[in-house]
Amino acid sequence: MYAFEYQRAGSVAEAASLLAKNPEAKLLAGGQTFIPTLKARLAQPSHVVDIGRLKELAGIEVKGNVVSIGAMTRHAEVAASADVKKAIPALADLAIEIGDQQVRNRGTLGGSVANNDPAADYPSAVLALGATIVTNQREIASGDFFQGMFSTALQDGEIIVRIVFPMPKRAAYSKFHHPASGYAMAGVFVADTANGVRVAVTGAGSSGVFLWKAAEAALTKTFAAASLDGIAVDEGECIADLHAGADYRAHLVGVMAKRAIKKITG
Amino acid sequence: MNKIEFTINGKKVATQVEGRTLLVNLIRDELKLTGTHVGCDTSQCGCCTIHLDGKSVKSCAMLAAQADGANIVTIEGMADGDKLHPVQQAFTECHGLQCGFCTPGMIMTAASILKDHPQPTEEQIVKGLEGNLCRCTGYINIIKSVHRAAELMKA
Ligand SMILES: Cc1cc2nc3c(=O)[nH]c(=O)nc-3n(C[C@H](O)[C@H](O)[C@H](O)COP(=O)(O)OP(=O)(O)OC[C@H]3O[C@@H](n4cnc5c(N)ncnc54)[C@H](O)[C@@H]3O)c2cc1C
Ligand code: FES
Ligand code: FES
Repeated sequence: MYAFEYQRAGSVAEAASLLAKNPEAKLLAGGQTFIPTLKARLAQPSHVVDIGRLKELAGIEVKGNVVSIGAMTRHAEVAASADVKKAIPALADLAIEIGDQQVRNRGTLGGSVANNDPAADYPSAVLALGATIVTNQREIASGDFFQGMFSTALQDGEIIVRIVFPMPKRAAYSKFHHPASGYAMAGVFVADTANGVRVAVTGAGSSGVFLWKAAEAALTKTFAAASLDGIAVDEGECIADLHAGADYRAHLVGVMAKRAIKKITG
Repeated sequence: MNKIEFTINGKKVATQVEGRTLLVNLIRDELKLTGTHVGCDTSQCGCCTIHLDGKSVKSCAMLAAQADGANIVTIEGMADGDKLHPVQQAFTECHGLQCGFCTPGMIMTAASILKDHPQPTEEQIVKGLEGNLCRCTGYINIIKSVHRAAELMKA
């Protein structure tokens, strides 16, 4: 690891001013992505600003028909939360499938969404549920937030404070784990929402998480796994790497989507 | 340098660390608690698992500075004097180790599994151990050891 100055922020405002003062400063949340990146010398920040203890970024709150989750909420907290299990059980089901228990005890919602790894789980829930990303500067709709692999609408110095998830009528997530890393080879989040049926796919798309429009249209007509027979995502848009070819990933998306729908319809 | 203070295996420690010092390096190199192992150094193997405020975490994926104020337990803090912790006892009885390199991490993680699930199913054990790799045993006896530890802790 290259040397850097470690700074623990006492508030979101202080974290923002530390970032503004030092253009090469970076935020540290759970560190489950960032610390390995530093160890591999893939980043060389001048300052590392630890937001791990900020109360402003903590907590899960259910208000009316939305669930608001602080950016620093660990995956294990989301998985175990009675409020989340009751309001959006699919979100708790997704959180328990992330990595392993040690990773879930450190990794955070904000870190995962800010990082926008194409194989990360949370981006699919954020997109399918039409969540709003609340930062220290503004509110960003999920549809505008994800901008391709590891790329988001966040500006330099912008900090995710919380993510607000509208409760769906029904929803489910199904994931095919990479057998070694645990990340999604394909993960599909299906949600029947006030704004229609939404199907978000992670792990497979070569531009990161995306909405599978053809599946949404088919499920809007008839909400059943069989509605997806004969429909497939475009192989040309899928990731091909040493773990799986694009055709295999495209096929997995269909299988995971059907499994998610069957979790809902029984 | 950053001034930090924490409790480790019941003892208070106050020290100074560079921002980039990993928690595992502080534990092994400065505190000489070498039971916590570094297997992969890439967050995969779980050999470096410790308890941070009662939860299993990989100490190779944390900065020492992040542990300021924490209560840490390492494998050295599990036994009560000469009396092994039930999870240690169970690993001994069930031959839950061969070379022993992964064992400290396995024991720390197993203790967390038993905290969440005092009578774990096979599936809960296997899922709970996802973040720990063993290159020797094939896991069969490790899983047996966790079942046996549950019995010992119930008794
Ligand atoms: C062994 C292993 C297995 C894993 N398996 C999975 C898996 O199956 N599925 C999955 O989805 N993920 C997986 N992960 C990744 C894990 O979920 C990480 O926790 C997550 O990607 C990043 O969250 P973090 O809190 O650790 O963020 P950090 O590593 O601290 O930060 C990541 C990036 O986000 C930025 N950032 C952090 N917080 C904020 C914020 N509030 N506002 C703006 N920017 C911010 C940081 O500056 C940094 O660039 C795995 C990780 C490991 C080590
Ligand atoms: S050494 Fe920490 S996970 Fe392998
Ligand atoms: S006993 Fe040798 S690695 Fe597990």
